[in-house]
Amino acid sequence: MRYLLRRTLHAVFLLFGVSLLTFLFSALTPGNYFDEMRLNPQISPESIAALHTQYQLDRPLPVRYAHWLNAVAHGELGFSFAYNSPVAPLLWVRARNTLLLTVTAALLAWLLALPLGVWSASRFGRVPDRVVSWTTATLLVIPDLVLALGLLILAVRTGWFPTGGLVSVGYEEFSPLHKLGDLALHMTLPVLALVLATLPMLVRHVRASVAEVLDAPFLRAALGHGIPHRKLLYGYALRAAANPLISLFGFSVGTLLSGSLLVEVVMSWPGLGPLLLESILARDLYVVIGGVLLSMIFLVAGNLFADVLLYWADPRIHTAVSPK
Amino acid sequence: MSQRLKLTKWLVVLVVLHCIVAGAGFFAPYNPVEQDREHPYLPPMRVHLMDAQNHFHVRPFFYPLRLRTGSFDQYEEDTTSAIPLRFFTRGTPYRLLGLIPSRLHLFGSTDARIHLLGSDAYGRDQLSRILYGGQVSLLAGLLGATVTLLFGALIGMAAGYYDGWRDELLMRVAELFLALPWLYLLFALRAFLPLAVSPLEAFLLVVAVIGMVGWARPARLVRGVVLSVKERDFVRAARGFGAPDFYLLRRHILPETASVLLTQAAILVPQFVLAEMTLSFLGLGVPEPMSSWGNLLASLQQYSVLVSYWWMYLPAVAIIPFFLGYLGLASALQERVGAYKIDEKSSWNPS
Repeated sequence: MRYLLRRTLHAVFLLFGVSLLTFLFSALTPGNYFDEMRLNPQISPESIAALHTQYQLDRPLPVRYAHWLNAVAHGELGFSFAYNSPVAPLLWVRARNTLLLTVTAALLAWLLALPLGVWSASRFGRVPDRVVSWTTATLLVIPDLVLALGLLILAVRTGWFPTGGLVSVGYEEFSPLHKLGDLALHMTLPVLALVLATLPMLVRHVRASVAEVLDAPFLRAALGHGIPHRKLLYGYALRAAANPLISLFGFSVGTLLSGSLLVEVVMSWPGLGPLLLESILARDLYVVIGGVLLSMIFLVAGNLFADVLLYWADPRIHTAVSPK
Repeated sequence: MSQRLKLTKWLVVLVVLHCIVAGAGFFAPYNPVEQDREHPYLPPMRVHLMDAQNHFHVRPFFYPLRLRTGSFDQYEEDTTSAIPLRFFTRGTPYRLLGLIPSRLHLFGSTDARIHLLGSDAYGRDQLSRILYGGQVSLLAGLLGATVTLLFGALIGMAAGYYDGWRDELLMRVAELFLALPWLYLLFALRAFLPLAVSPLEAFLLVVAVIGMVGWARPARLVRGVVLSVKERDFVRAARGFGAPDFYLLRRHILPETASVLLTQAAILVPQFVLAEMTLSFLGLGVPEPMSSWGNLLASLQQYSVLVSYWWMYLPAVAIIPFFLGYLGLASALQERVGAYKIDEKSSWNPS
């Protein structure tokens, strides 16, 4: 239990660090959202100053940070200047869409990577392994931006997939089944891009760690006992190789979040990515901070989940005194 | 031995690729900002050896494009006039590497413009823009990696050498940076820097931003090396002779971190090139009319371009050899470092 407690504390520390870091960066910002109003002769300098006071942009940084922390403690994330509304509900809708995309992609990528990696490792150096290695190497050198744009062009030219958005026009009137199908069709391309972007890394790691375990004496012994090949691979080898893979899972959450940011913008998926980009261009301070923080919460949640998995999968953690 | 060969192979590939981009003025037929507004979005032209009458020509030639009758955006080859392709021809002036003035181009034509990879909305030559854009993107990647490695090496050495609270603090901050998804970090940094700036400032800004993002991983790796090296006998001996800290770090410890830093460089450069591309693609990086691999792709955000002008995607294809080269180099370097470690181990306990 102490292990989990320590990991949670670490997560909280991380979130604090990130919020402090973004606030520090924001202090370096030249100008703010209201600067463009200065160009407008109909708005007097006094009213701009009043707006500054209203949104507390004239207060020193520590005061603003304390104020914001207080707001966060009450479940608010500040106020969006551009949307003229609180940030939290604004972000929440977008975050749901991002989560839909990333969770689906993560599940699919791992469901594909595990059998592929194990299969590749069990035929180490032979034709299937080489094919898998070459494919993953090829995918590895294609950056996600290029991949996403390529898929988009494919979609446009073939007309097989919708090229943007969450749902079709008239979604409200569809039958439940039709709604699901429509959503799935819209999700296909972004999810495919994300899966293809993360898959090669996952497969390579699964292959490497399983191949390492396959040499272990206990597996040879198990083989000698006549345990079926499939059970040997998935029951024993994968279990023994789980430790680095679970750490990799925590890491892959970060990659997925980054990837999703880009894929969302390219494929105009209404997630956090386009909102964040918009608010950066508009200098909508609290939306940027909130968006970064929210994604950080996802990341930390993913990492905590990985820690719990590790706790469950690796008996050494229960018993060992935590090394400093 | 084959490892060495592999390393040399990838190095040669990369050097050739970089030379082509560095010598963009010579390899590109036109100035990247030279417009031809009469002919927007010309499709890639074909170079022929056989003409329309099926006669063979020794000198390669091309047909200029003209609008298909009754169309306003569909081009076809005008087979009535074959224009020879000239090699080592004199064309628009440029400065090689920004220094040597020259007019010599690898190929070109005096009678009509040739666009091997098509042209963009302003009729600018896509091939020239890709080559010149590569200069910006690669330079951003290389400079960004240099800045990052500099920071990483300094911080890593400081943390590893002066252990205690300084080490703890630096490594906690490094952990923070490592945990952040890099694109979010890039965005957050970029969000709080000025938006409307001159192209050169924008370029330096991009370099600074990507340089600040990646220092954590090299710093941790360098720290690991320093931690083990500083307890080695030759370092302890030097310290015993009264060598000052700075001398020890520079003379004895820094060289030991070289292989880690080199491997990291090979990993970081393509990542940073991609970072520059992403920023410029999203309109947060290098602005027009300067071209970079990122902002060349930006036009693909328009639906009409996506539908009709597939050759605007070519910059994305052009970068793949570079990524392949760097990936190959990184894995060759990693293997070498691994082999080097094994060598070292065996030489430590001679049996």
